[in-house]
Amino acid sequence: MSDQQINSSTEVAIDDAGVARRDFLKIGASVTAGSGAFSMAFFVPEQANAADPKGTAPANNDPQKVNAWIEIRPDETVIIRYARSEMGQGSRTSAPMLIAEELEVDWKKVKVEYALAHDNLKQKRVYGDMASVGSRTIRLSQEYLRKAGATAREMLIVAGSQAMSVPSSECIAKLGMVVHPASKKSISYGKVALKAAELTPPANVSLKDPKDWTIVGKPIKRVDIPDIVTGRTRYGADTQLPGMLHAAVAQSPVFNGKVKSMDGSKVQNRRGIVKVLNMGNFVAVVADNFWRAKEALKEVNIEWEVAPEHTKLSNASLHAFFKEGLTQSELAVARNDGDTVKALAGGKVLEAEYFTPYLAHATMEPMVCTAWLQGDSLEIWPSTQNAEGSLAAASTASGVKQENVKVYPTQLGGGLGRKSPQDFTVQAVRIAKEMAGKPVKLLWTREEDMQHDFYRPASLVKLSATQKADGNIDALHIRVSAPSIIASLLKLPLPKGVDPQAVAAFEDHPYAIANSLVDYAQRNSNIPVGFWRTVGHSQNPFVRESFIDELAHAAGKDPLAYRLANLPEKNFRDIAILKAVTKAANYDAPLPKGVFRGIAETEGYGSWTACVCELSVNERQEVKIHRIVIGIDPGYAVNPDNIQAQLQGSVVHGLSAIFWGEMIIKEGRIEQSNFHEYRMMRLNEMPKVETVIAPTGGFWGGVGEPAQAPLAGAVANALFNATGKRVRSLPFKNHGFSLARART
Amino acid sequence: MKLTINDQARELDVEPDMPLLWALRDELDVKSPKYGCGIAQCGACTVLLNGEPVRSCSYPVSAAVGQQVVTLEGLEKKGKLHAVQQAWIDHEVPQCGYCQGGQILAAVALLKKKPKPTDEDIDAAMTNICRCGTYARIRSAIHAVAAKGVKA
Repeated sequence: MSDQQINSSTEVAIDDAGVARRDFLKIGASVTAGSGAFSMAFFVPEQANAADPKGTAPANNDPQKVNAWIEIRPDETVIIRYARSEMGQGSRTSAPMLIAEELEVDWKKVKVEYALAHDNLKQKRVYGDMASVGSRTIRLSQEYLRKAGATAREMLIVAGSQAMSVPSSECIAKLGMVVHPASKKSISYGKVALKAAELTPPANVSLKDPKDWTIVGKPIKRVDIPDIVTGRTRYGADTQLPGMLHAAVAQSPVFNGKVKSMDGSKVQNRRGIVKVLNMGNFVAVVADNFWRAKEALKEVNIEWEVAPEHTKLSNASLHAFFKEGLTQSELAVARNDGDTVKALAGGKVLEAEYFTPYLAHATMEPMVCTAWLQGDSLEIWPSTQNAEGSLAAASTASGVKQENVKVYPTQLGGGLGRKSPQDFTVQAVRIAKEMAGKPVKLLWTREEDMQHDFYRPASLVKLSATQKADGNIDALHIRVSAPSIIASLLKLPLPKGVDPQAVAAFEDHPYAIANSLVDYAQRNSNIPVGFWRTVGHSQNPFVRESFIDELAHAAGKDPLAYRLANLPEKNFRDIAILKAVTKAANYDAPLPKGVFRGIAETEGYGSWTACVCELSVNERQEVKIHRIVIGIDPGYAVNPDNIQAQLQGSVVHGLSAIFWGEMIIKEGRIEQSNFHEYRMMRLNEMPKVETVIAPTGGFWGGVGEPAQAPLAGAVANALFNATGKRVRSLPFKNHGFSLARART
Repeated sequence: MKLTINDQARELDVEPDMPLLWALRDELDVKSPKYGCGIAQCGACTVLLNGEPVRSCSYPVSAAVGQQVVTLEGLEKKGKLHAVQQAWIDHEVPQCGYCQGGQILAAVALLKKKPKPTDEDIDAAMTNICRCGTYARIRSAIHAVAAKGVKA
């Protein structure tokens, strides 16, 4: 498979999901109207999915708007619209940087404002996709954002040249000015923006050569940070409206249960309690203060009706269910090069089984949405990764027409993939309908959040390989037994029966292996699954890169040399990032006694990543991480300081999962309820992290998710080198290993 | 009951056992202390009581009577940011930012007690959870404030 093909197969997976999603949208309304309980997150686009870079759709009668993305005020302030969510990934800064770069403005004059989902609906989706998922913002919108900036620039040049009575072809744009070098005349954007907005946008614009960039690639300060540190930022949870009520909810501990009976008589006359509601699949207490609501809810007597078979689920029963998947004879094939079965039959087979568990997102801000239904108009303030999905879900749940729904943007207290499904938005709207005329803020308790997540799916993987005389890989069979997020959350048909996330980093593995078979057993249960930061790449690269190390060990080869020997030249980006990161980590230099290295690499979200971990393990099995060197090649590094922050954060997120992360399932429900039972890394445990940002240009990759991908493999490989123990399931705590404080 | 919040006298009529967090957020519209767990685990609700960091989700409002309550909103004086806030901007500490009010207040309390904290001091004092993983930058921002010798 050439590099080109690897790229296109990655893109196909994205496109398939996108296309399939659009198909789903058309049927979405009837599905959700029928069930009433759970409305999916996606907006029904009437137009093509791509944003309109010219922004020619009807503007809001705002004459200062050069196009939908850009508004230039007479005082030279440049308003740039940001059309997705901000949850800490930094895109609210990096996406406008792309527009500003082409627009040729002074970044200091730029103010970023949110584009609104209800405006997008009115304006024929001029802002395109508004979801913040899949590390997409830069890689999937960079072209139309840059074109929006360039189109406005060209219009401003024409308007400016007309004002100066010089030919536009002799003018250039620089720092918010139209300049005519020959006459040394110039005029500012603010003076000609009105005229520019009246011009017909040019059909074609040229984009700047990356070497001429003055904003993109520079460490630009994130625009939202000053408000965060002064407490001015309003998160979804901070919405405050006149006369607002607060709602706390309880859902069936065993998933998908219904309210059998409910008795709220004990609390309904309590101070501040407004209403106790039986909503069919959940119970809500509405009060004048959230604490009063949640405390009263504890004393509402609720009996749940659950399917008996759902109460039998446990970690053990699910493991057995996955194990069964490994022995199925008819499996969906994700990749099939050569004749793997035959090749495996003819050699000494190395076999291993790897397991990764279910995980909760546990965003710092739990699920929250405020809804206000007044007559036939509905306003919502969700903490959402998908404002258009919130709009559609709110419309369906309320019966209010989409054009009468308004969605106001809020900062998200973390998203991590949990805030794209709209279950909480639907609940808020349904409660608001019961309390019509009054705004109601629904907030989930941490307990509700941890026990009613769409969990990162568990996955059981069996790998079998044979090696050639020189130790290089002759055949590799990877069999995945795991739930499908696409089928069970999005309710979409799987292309060829394969969930692309379940086989991510397997079906497109970069190694030169003549016989490669990847197949998939779909194993859905009553445990809801969803997109958890880094999704399939949060678990599969751990499996793949650990097994590659097992093969290197069997061949008696150094893990880096072995990878380089098995990576074909055409996969030069895998090779380049491995070399860049191992060089930064002084891979060839000896380590202090007792300290051992591990490495891993993978592509993910269109970026290439690699990691080196150095650790030591004492006699009490305490793992001390001496340093992590983690690197990424995202093609272009739009905001390098933010990329560094994403890499540092990815290590923390990843290490929490590697050492402690797993959901305990008993009698069909999640046992853990809060952070004391679902451990997160704290500051005193964070190891030294060195980041390598190595953009090689020519492509645009994601940044928010990919860096977590190579981490677990590197740590597990270092652990093997230190202890001789091959850890084939996460988390490490189940193998007796604990994480030592960083300074011990 | 009467509370002093960010040097302002505020009056409210609530149950004495209502946690300070919900009195601040839902009764007084002081929104910087955040709800994250409700059981004093995560520290997103941290406020200062007479200069000491306290997890307001598990602290009854009646016990705050007579004490100086400081929240993130109260750090800025006459339009000038607190040195810790400025360092948080300079080091681009926050990602989503939800926990950062609590982190900043914990850092303010630490620096008041120990103007030149060691890494071990920072380890001991900074116990709030950040799911975005901003810990490395929290540490360097605290060291930067200490190095400048600004009175915290």
